Amino acid sequence: MNSYETLPDQLSTYVNKWKPKKGSLVMILHAVQDYYGFVPKEICFVLAKELKVPLARIYEVLTFYHYFRLELPAKYRIAVCMGTACYLKGAPDNLDAIKENLNIPEGRATEDGLFTLEIVRCYGCCGLAPVMSINGKIYGKLDKKKSLGILDEYRQKETDS
Amino acid sequence: MIHARINGIRVEVEEGTTVLDAAKKVNVKIPTLCKHPDLPPTAACGICMVQLKGTDKMIRSCCTEITEGMDIITLTPEIVEVRKTVLELILSNHPNACLTCARNQNCELQSLAAEFGIKEELFGKILKNLEIDDSIKTIVLEPQKCIKCGRCIQACQEMQNVWALSFAGRGLDTRIAPAADFTLVESPCVSCGQCAAYCPVGAIYVYDDTAKVWGALNDPSKHCVVQIAPAVRVAIGESFGMESGELKTGKLYTLLRRMGFQAVFDTNFGADVTIVEEATEFVKRLTKGGGVLPLISSCCPAWVDFMEKFHPDMIPNFSTCKSPHEILAALAKTYYALQLNIPPSSIFMVSIMPCIAKKFEIHRSREMFVSGYQDVNVSITTRELVRMIKQTGIDFSSLPDSEPDHMLADYSGGGTIFGVTGGVMEAALRSISSFLTGKPLGNIGLNDVRGLKGVKEARIKVGDYTLNVAVAHGLGNVEYVINKIRNAREKGEEPPYHFIEVMACPGGCIGGGGQPRNINDEVRRLRINGLYTDDSHCKYRDCHDNPQVKRLYAEFLGEYGSKKSYDILHTYYRHRKEYKSYRETEFLGESE
Ligand code: SF4
Ligand code: SF4
Ligand code: FES
Repeated sequence: MNSYETLPDQLSTYVNKWKPKKGSLVMILHAVQDYYGFVPKEICFVLAKELKVPLARIYEVLTFYHYFRLELPAKYRIAVCMGTACYLKGAPDNLDAIKENLNIPEGRATEDGLFTLEIVRCYGCCGLAPVMSINGKIYGKLDKKKSLGILDEYRQKETDS
Repeated sequence: MIHARINGIRVEVEEGTTVLDAAKKVNVKIPTLCKHPDLPPTAACGICMVQLKGTDKMIRSCCTEITEGMDIITLTPEIVEVRKTVLELILSNHPNACLTCARNQNCELQSLAAEFGIKEELFGKILKNLEIDDSIKTIVLEPQKCIKCGRCIQACQEMQNVWALSFAGRGLDTRIAPAADFTLVESPCVSCGQCAAYCPVGAIYVYDDTAKVWGALNDPSKHCVVQIAPAVRVAIGESFGMESGELKTGKLYTLLRRMGFQAVFDTNFGADVTIVEEATEFVKRLTKGGGVLPLISSCCPAWVDFMEKFHPDMIPNFSTCKSPHEILAALAKTYYALQLNIPPSSIFMVSIMPCIAKKFEIHRSREMFVSGYQDVNVSITTRELVRMIKQTGIDFSSLPDSEPDHMLADYSGGGTIFGVTGGVMEAALRSISSFLTGKPLGNIGLNDVRGLKGVKEARIKVGDYTLNVAVAHGLGNVEYVINKIRNAREKGEEPPYHFIEVMACPGGCIGGGGQPRNINDEVRRLRINGLYTDDSHCKYRDCHDNPQVKRLYAEFLGEYGSKKSYDILHTYYRHRKEYKSYRETEFLGESE
């Protein structure tokens, strides 16, 4: 489910192309950030292996330049629960609808930087399943329509302000 | 040759010499802070500024090569002002916590501030609230005290190739930390302690276990026993104004008894047993196909940790012998306990080591609890012992010599050279020769495996065999040897070596992370000579000739490499993760 454990094709082509060149680490990290909107830790582990560079070196570069972001940067962090209860009560359908609506897979930020999408395992309020949270606020008893409606509320809030 | 002048004094040095070293040659002292003689310059602090005569030009002497005709001035009021400003700026980011600091009275920054007579703080303090990381319980990282000299980074990255420590951030936000803000225990750190040995201030130091030792010594229900590693005896004197390399074995025995230990053992005896077992293991692998070659030594826990994290494909090559202090401790709580009829539960074993990684080793796996209890209860470093001595008020230098408790203390020359790079190899070869050919190794003193070269390779004739051996010290030097083995393996060729010795610390244990500070190659050499002198004065040179070892096998263990030996004296290895979450960190039992 975690989308960071392997490099997506686009990035792995890039990495393979630049890997042999000296000093290519910064460029590769740029490409990673362009792709995800930030540099995920798991991807750094993959890069360390691929490039045979210690993780410490990668983070020295990442923390040296203020340009790099190590966290999902978006304004609203959507976390969809895929714990057993939510899963059985239709979370996968909701998730698909949200992905389609935002046009991103999990682990990414929308182009406008408004939303990020993550998957979590169980909030401990299974009575409300299926649930998701946005910046920590819990929304329960969701279906597709309700989920998308909530996203629209946030968009509305944004245009109003 | 380059000809130049320093404060008007003529100096002739080789090309490539820095201004700093040239000045040293003519006894002109230039203050330094970030530069350490063992490490390449980082040029981080600027205190070593000097001037080119007749110009305003200031240069950093630690990283500038001297050139033909250079005329250097090291002292003008202006230079002193610059140096003072450097110090004042550093102090403006440094807490005033000297009285409660681990480095009080042996801090390089404190000394400089005193030498330059810094009396007031001209710049306002800017202190960052950075958390102390004592998660690993071997070293402690206190980033608030860090002056960003970069020595620890060089030690951890270049010298040791571990890369547990790195600089995070830049400018005023720079700090020392493991990558991605893992804590040390979650990081690849192997607890070699070299970072703590090089840090000029109190930003990285050894985790203090002395309170546990005092606690046990004051507990009447405990039978406290102690052992000292080979490297301790040639270094501890330095902390009491004596020369590096002077042997202090007899004084240490007396000291430990006066501190209240009921039995005083010597890790050198454990080393003798290690060699007997390891040589047996080697001969079995060589002649009977009892396992793969090369055999790789396993007596350095930082190296074992490194191998388990970075080179797990070498696990089958590792000797299964425990390190000498674990062997001795296991025997204390089985053999000694039995002989003296003392319940092992009441025995409290303290090991005094040059080494920081031993603090981790004592609970690294189930085999370290073979007596049914943690075999070594506490492991403290030479520096911690020095502190304890100072607390007792005992005048170390005037102590008389005395005898240890022989049954787990008498040792051979082979056992004592365990503390130097190449020593394990030499001791092992002495016994291997006897085991293979029935004859001792002719030329005692294997010069090819001695000395401070990073990787030493040698070819040694033992009977009908020609043995290829390699010795590496400083973990950064291991790669070369490991790659050679791996390449041969991939090509399906014969392994390039039969036997490999690795010690994590440069120079071996005598240069351990827990030894008295101010280490450099000169000090290393003196300590090494001390142990070779000890060797040459020993009645028995070969570990298997030690009468107490013979007695141990006759009365308790049976044959070399017997089932009982394996149960008590051997251990096993497994792949460990380089990075892990705190939940995954493995601590078997707290050290009491
Ligand atoms: S103890 Fe050794 S491995 Fe650990 S951080 Fe220090 S230098 Fe690196
Ligand atoms: S922790 Fe110590 S050795 Fe490392 S950069 Fe800071 S002051 Fe220097
Ligand atoms: S000692 Fe030369 S710059 Fe620090």
